[in-house]
Amino acid sequence: MRITRETSGENLFSRIGRAGRLMVESFAFAPHVLLNRDARRTMLFQLYSTGIRTLPVITVVGLFTGMILGLQVGLALRKFNQEMYLGAAVMITLIREMGPFVTGICLSACVGSAMAAELGTMTVNDEVAALEIMSIPPVRYLVAPRMMALLVMSPILAFYACILGVMGGGLVGYTQLNVPFAQYMASAMSIAELKDLFTGLLKAAVFGVVIGTVSCHEGFETKLGAVGVGRATQRSVIISFLLILMFGYMITRLFYFDF
Amino acid sequence: MIHFENVCKNFDGKQVLAGVSFDVVEGEILAIVGPSGTGKSVTLKHIVGLLTPDSGTVTVREGARIGYLFQGGALLAWLTVRENVSLPLRETTKLSEDEIARQTDEALKAVGLEESADKYPAEISGGMVKRAGLARAIVRHADAVLYDEPTSGLDPVTAQTIHRLIRRLNAEQKLTSVVVTHDLAGACSFADRILMLKDGCVVLVATPEEFLKSDIPAVREYVIASKGEL
Repeated sequence: MRITRETSGENLFSRIGRAGRLMVESFAFAPHVLLNRDARRTMLFQLYSTGIRTLPVITVVGLFTGMILGLQVGLALRKFNQEMYLGAAVMITLIREMGPFVTGICLSACVGSAMAAELGTMTVNDEVAALEIMSIPPVRYLVAPRMMALLVMSPILAFYACILGVMGGGLVGYTQLNVPFAQYMASAMSIAELKDLFTGLLKAAVFGVVIGTVSCHEGFETKLGAVGVGRATQRSVIISFLLILMFGYMITRLFYFDF
Repeated sequence: MIHFENVCKNFDGKQVLAGVSFDVVEGEILAIVGPSGTGKSVTLKHIVGLLTPDSGTVTVREGARIGYLFQGGALLAWLTVRENVSLPLRETTKLSEDEIARQTDEALKAVGLEESADKYPAEISGGMVKRAGLARAIVRHADAVLYDEPTSGLDPVTAQTIHRLIRRLNAEQKLTSVVVTHDLAGACSFADRILMLKDGCVVLVATPEEFLKSDIPAVREYVIASKGEL
């Protein structure tokens, strides 16, 4: 796929088509990323910058999401004297929806925006064109390692966010709603099914691919220098947010709705 | 080596190249000069296929390896100079590490950057960035090198060093060079022929001596405007 191609259309469908091709091609280069030493090294760096660097943000967001959920749901359940189900309510909400969702939002804001800005700057500085002239496919060299890193790290971070969220809910339940922690955990574990876990992890993986595709595509489409880089960064975050919501709904409907 | 035949190119309805025809002979240095916005860089981008003509043809000798020096060097910021220069070898060939190191050192030596090989692009001067970009352009034994404003933003002394380097590399490495520049004095010092573009058309292709003596009004105007440099 030629990145520094001439504009082949600015309408929505041609943009979606180019983004789709970018995603498919980056997966086609997955074997190269895994087998080539330099590409593997790049992917390891991307794993580090995707995973380790966002860990503090995910930690705070995951913990507080669980605490807010625990408090809101706990107060509602208290009205019916059903606080013993707090763990189940927090667990099911986090594992199915909120864990992958908050992870996607954090990755989009922290990692996706940085990717769009980085690739956008490279595009306006002719670095992407230079790669093409050297016969180095930019999708292979720049996109594939980032996409693989997001695909791997997103579910791991979502799982981590879920664990912290459940702990946060338990903390609030114990300290403010007088729900014993053991009872909270027993309730949480009784409701969790493997299907919920796999659906949540699948969602997170899809969100990772969405963020990678949107961010890299917006970066490569950058024009107009520094202003264009700013716009590309902004667009990548907005489009990722919207797609995360849409795909989240579609996956939930696919797995939890009896047709 | 390179043949342009009646090449036309429009951007958003604005004609940038209007029937451009010229040849670049093997081994020569052709400088392309002209006012800003007349399609000089667009012409270069057609040679490497970054742009395709709306009509007309661009032919490059089959199998010719082309290097390209971008205006800003286009080095990758997270790689050292040595890693930038070795990148095309590492990514597009199956050469051994020793061979990659040898060819990289050779290219770095050709542009006089052995001492700064382990620095990052942000740690070296603008002239060194251009020389590093040039080393990367020739490391795969290029047959032709295209230079897009190789001296823009450089002081006159560094610009002269780059001009001498273009001339020397062309002779030593048996290259064919196409140099887009605003610097007419520089072009006269290193080019075998000078091509002037104006409003997307070729005004004149001539040796530096013929160019400076030309009676064509557009050329005269350009030469007079560049008098300070000459």
